[in-house]
Amino acid sequence: MGQTTLNIHPSAGSGGPTPPPPKDLYAKRQQIYPKLAHGKFRSVKWVVMAITLGVYYLLPWLRWDRGEGIPNQAVLADFESEKFYFFFIEIWPQDIHFLAGLLILAALVLFLITSLLGRVWCGYTCPQTVWTDLYIWVERAFEGDRAARMRLDHAPWSFNKAWRKLGKHTIWLVIAFWTGGAFILYWHDAPTVAQGWFTGDAPLSAYWFAGILTLTTYFLAGWMREQVCTYMCPWPRIQGALTDEHALNVTYRYDRGEPRGPKRKSESWDERGDCIDCDQCVQVCPVGIDIRDGSQLECIHCALCIDACDEMMTKIGRPTGLIAYDTDVAVTARANHQTPPKYRVLRTRTMLYVILISAISALMVWGLATKATIEANVLKDRSPPFVQLSNGEIQNGYTLKLVNKQSDPRTMVISISGIEGLTYSVIGFEHEGAEPLELPVEAFGVDRYRVLVSAPAGAPQRQITISVRDAETGETDINRASFRGPNQ
Amino acid sequence: MANDVKDVDSHSGTETTGHSWDGIKELNTPLPRWWLIIWYITIVWAVIYMIFMPAIPALPGMGTNTPGIRGHSDRALVAEAVADLKAARTEQSASLLDASLEEIETNRELQQFALAMGESLFGDNCATCHGAGGRGAIGYPILADDVWLWDGTLDGIEYTLRHGIRHEGDPDTRFSLMPRFGRDGLLPSEEIDNLTQYVLRVSGQPHDAEAADAAALTYEQQCSTCHGADGRGDRLQGAPNLTDQEWLYGGTEDAIHATIYNARNSHMPAWQDRLDDASIKALAVYVHTLGGGE
Repeated sequence: MGQTTLNIHPSAGSGGPTPPPPKDLYAKRQQIYPKLAHGKFRSVKWVVMAITLGVYYLLPWLRWDRGEGIPNQAVLADFESEKFYFFFIEIWPQDIHFLAGLLILAALVLFLITSLLGRVWCGYTCPQTVWTDLYIWVERAFEGDRAARMRLDHAPWSFNKAWRKLGKHTIWLVIAFWTGGAFILYWHDAPTVAQGWFTGDAPLSAYWFAGILTLTTYFLAGWMREQVCTYMCPWPRIQGALTDEHALNVTYRYDRGEPRGPKRKSESWDERGDCIDCDQCVQVCPVGIDIRDGSQLECIHCALCIDACDEMMTKIGRPTGLIAYDTDVAVTARANHQTPPKYRVLRTRTMLYVILISAISALMVWGLATKATIEANVLKDRSPPFVQLSNGEIQNGYTLKLVNKQSDPRTMVISISGIEGLTYSVIGFEHEGAEPLELPVEAFGVDRYRVLVSAPAGAPQRQITISVRDAETGETDINRASFRGPNQ
Repeated sequence: MANDVKDVDSHSGTETTGHSWDGIKELNTPLPRWWLIIWYITIVWAVIYMIFMPAIPALPGMGTNTPGIRGHSDRALVAEAVADLKAARTEQSASLLDASLEEIETNRELQQFALAMGESLFGDNCATCHGAGGRGAIGYPILADDVWLWDGTLDGIEYTLRHGIRHEGDPDTRFSLMPRFGRDGLLPSEEIDNLTQYVLRVSGQPHDAEAADAAALTYEQQCSTCHGADGRGDRLQGAPNLTDQEWLYGGTEDAIHATIYNARNSHMPAWQDRLDDASIKALAVYVHTLGGGE
């Protein structure tokens, strides 16, 4: 071992005898009683909690005028009419790739932020973290801070214990219910479904999902807590591939803290580390770990240990930042008495992420800006693939779906070409020959037409072109479809 | 209890079952507690289930299965669901009844409803013989082309659907009967051979001209009443046009010969007893739009 490497993992690499295998297959969960921290990061977390919960609870109530007959909810996943509304963006089933793009974008932004700042998503904005934080706040209001909660849990049942527990679980369930209730607002018109929920007029699925989300919120935030992060969430595993030695992580600066130990007033600060083993960083930790053991998968990087340590350092008159956001390279360099490298935002990895994010964003913006307002889909009959008419011509049948994404009814002109001597007719319309035909399309909807195309039996072409043009704006969508005959 | 001493495996410290095979003993490892708890729960659940739901099948002498106090019946649920569906469709079905077939086909809304309804009805009732999309098969006419044996108009198709073809028990059914010229000995086999050549010539296929000429008089006497002097058929009698390239039973020499010898008088059921009026109208419009409606 090099002189600067500290034995922060006592069991790792030591060649002692292998311990006997554990008797039980399961380790019982140790209840964690996180102490309230005070400081910069605790304040940031309160603010982030207020913003994220505010967005979640209030966003469905925001209105956004889109015109007559179209939902005016700013964010709405309308399954009944198969549309997704997000402010000025309307996603139809045909545009589902935008949703895929949005998810890819979200993933890439997460990658970028993780490679720059570590697991800030886990620490500040993950719903599991936010709701657990809220639940601990409620718990603290009823049962007091860490020491009081531990005392209460170990005390025998009494009226005092009973009402505090009952109150806590009641408020938890109320929060859980509002969480589940707010979720369904995203899938229906919020005011209507909120009222209907209580009068029994809401769809069954609304009750079902509200119930499920109520239960998951109550159990995940109230009972499961850090176990979700440690055992259920894939993110801690992915994290290893996304952070690196240049990413900012919540780090115990062992170069400064070691050797640690309690300090008497008479003792000098020379020849020892700044860590006085006060255990504050462990007591505030919501996942029950010791950050001084180094980076570990349980750590959600909530930075509360930084607050706790800074408070203590201030009290004993030492500089703050014994635990801080720092990079592995910097800590290692300092431990080796070298000048730590400056924090680098621009690295191959981060630049690659930025390029990918910009490219996909640009592609999506371009796609949204040039999104067609008409669309034609041609489905060729598969059975029968063709028929021979009594005059010897070959006939193929097609279903033509015309999509109008505007809020006014429109007239679309279809014309079909591609085979010499081709004629076509549309069921329900007087039309013979090959001239263009005007078809009405309802507002903001899809119309289906049945089209019969016939051509002389000997024609060599096997493909037709069906073009659909808006009679007023001239916007056009061109489709090709195969034309089958007996010799193919 | 004579021997309560447990045999304990010295290596693992676990009790054994006491059974020994060639000196190898089976450990009596206890079941995990969570497994046992779930097992007990399933037993409790089974008892509750048997009280509330049908559980024990009809054993001899019982007549029926145990109904359970909830009175649950899948059959009743299906009947209820079908009734609900019918009720939900009442309004649109009624609009089909009020409208004429032409109105249904030209009115966008009625047309969409009739086509959707017709497509599923066709799949359930007609596609078995006529094929998906009315593609037809040997002996079963293609419905997607413009060749019609009886009538290709909307009203004609509806009539055929209602009364069927050669359907026993419906006095209004479409009816005609081609004689079995060979089997019943109405014509000598030589004449049938000649007639076959004659039909080949009428339909513009390679033939033996001499034999065809020889059958001209027989054709006029025996066939022209229905199939017409020029072989163009007669829709009033469902007699096929012999001059086109469309053959219900095949247009080869062998097939034509077999048709003259045995005659082909196929059947289609009358659907008015099986389907309600709205369904028949929807089906008529659907078939009319398949490709060759007149």
